[in-house]
Amino acid sequence: MTGHRGAILGLHLGVIGVLAALYFVLPAYHVSNLARIMVLSVFAMGYNIAFGYTGLLSLGHALFFASGLYATGTLVQLAGWPAGPGLLAGIAGGALAALAVGLLALRTTGVAFMIVTLMFAQAGYLLILYFGPLTRGDEGYVIDRASRVVAGLDLSDDRTRYFAALALFALALLACLALVRSPTGRVLVAMRENAERSRMLGYDPFRYRLIGLVASGLLAGASGAAYGLMFGYVGATFASIQYSILPLLWVLLGGAGTVLGPFLGTLVMFYLVDLSSSVTTAHLMVVGLALLALVLFARKGLLGSLRERALPWLP
Amino acid sequence: MAAVSLLSTRGLTRRFGGLTAVDGVDLDLSNGEIRALIGPNGAGKTTLVGLICGRIAPSAGTIRFEGRDITALPAHARVGLGIAYTFQITAIYARLPVFDNVALAVQRRGVADLAAETLAALDRVGLADRAGQVAGTLAYGHQRLLEVAMGLALAPKLLILDEPTQGLADTEIETFKRLVREVARTATVLLIEHNMELVMDLADRITVLNFGEVLAEGTPAEIRADWAVQAAYLGA
Repeated sequence: MTGHRGAILGLHLGVIGVLAALYFVLPAYHVSNLARIMVLSVFAMGYNIAFGYTGLLSLGHALFFASGLYATGTLVQLAGWPAGPGLLAGIAGGALAALAVGLLALRTTGVAFMIVTLMFAQAGYLLILYFGPLTRGDEGYVIDRASRVVAGLDLSDDRTRYFAALALFALALLACLALVRSPTGRVLVAMRENAERSRMLGYDPFRYRLIGLVASGLLAGASGAAYGLMFGYVGATFASIQYSILPLLWVLLGGAGTVLGPFLGTLVMFYLVDLSSSVTTAHLMVVGLALLALVLFARKGLLGSLRERALPWLP
Repeated sequence: MAAVSLLSTRGLTRRFGGLTAVDGVDLDLSNGEIRALIGPNGAGKTTLVGLICGRIAPSAGTIRFEGRDITALPAHARVGLGIAYTFQITAIYARLPVFDNVALAVQRRGVADLAAETLAALDRVGLADRAGQVAGTLAYGHQRLLEVAMGLALAPKLLILDEPTQGLADTEIETFKRLVREVARTATVLLIEHNMELVMDLADRITVLNFGEVLAEGTPAEIRADWAVQAAYLGA
């Protein structure tokens, strides 16, 4: 139903406002963390469109993130493109990678889809290593400070970077909100809930899954491209399986199929690792325990559980 | 044969391994009629409508809709032409609100005011006041009605109802009967139904299927008189 429109818009704009205000309150260390979290949560939001809304469990999203990262990095650092067009090329790179993978992988569903996407992502990772002389493989390369200026904004400057990250985050968040509340978003959810029923309402499952996956890859690519320009480093680690699993964990933690869940999940996971690393070297064990608690007590993630128990209108 | 044929099948056949579920069926539906499809369990009724709506690919034969050969057309494209199918086993989106269930069908038509059209579609089956409720929490009879509402909301030319009254109470069947008559003013209805009283009352014509073949076809009065049907189906 269309009620609660004011509350929904207020909540999401409120989160963006609070993040803007935090810059003036938080110490520099946390400001830098938060910029990173905002950019990575765009990746998580992209993953959420595929997994949380369209019901596509992909294990290959590192490929889309890395496509953005490498398209931008290669063009800006190695081919000498200006950063602005490089950023746009990165965003397009993520979407195109998702389109190419989707055209093939979406012939499968379920477990087969997981395996095929994983395979494509591994192929991408190995390709980066194979072209080591160009990509510098695992070691990666740095994007020069001078090359990281988009439309006169120097992204290596802390303040500029924070607000550029916030702008990207806000744009992605509002775009996700608009998408999931649109008729197209309703069809994506219908595919997740019951693809055969949706087919008999006249919607081609392949087509709508492809739309969901390309939108997802576009955000992942935008995140990767921005990450490269803002933090100045491009490396093969970002194409590894780890970066396919991370967005899945962020989304599960925050709440799959909620608009704010990916951000919350990224934020909590980031600080869980950060805080536990200062206490113990076994910080992955802390993450593991947190995930166990999630499975036992809040299977729908933080915001998914909140929606179920108290706020049914949460998008 | 009727003057204006909406749907016609010729030699429609579907084999599952050694079993021929639908065997050379020629079926003609004319515009605006209510056609009932009856036959004993396993006669191939659901398979036949599955072939017509495109959920199942035929082994042989052709299907024409409004004169156009749709045999090779995928199911979702047939919905676009105006063939709607409601499931035998209720297939609503149980975790979504009632509103979204019907809105998905309404928006397929590309209407200007989605909310108003959706509520109007819900009103036709008397569920407008439950629009905000999660569909899976509806009573069974209401879930059946929601399923029908989703089919209706597509504004189809041919509405296929697969055992729509299964598990409905008598009062609900009366509501349903009125609904089908109303639908038939603008669309053709193909109805699979076991409730013979309802079939005799509602159908313009009846097609009897047995072992995948058309055993008989005619008006309710003709079918009632047909001894072959009685032997196969009415349990004489």
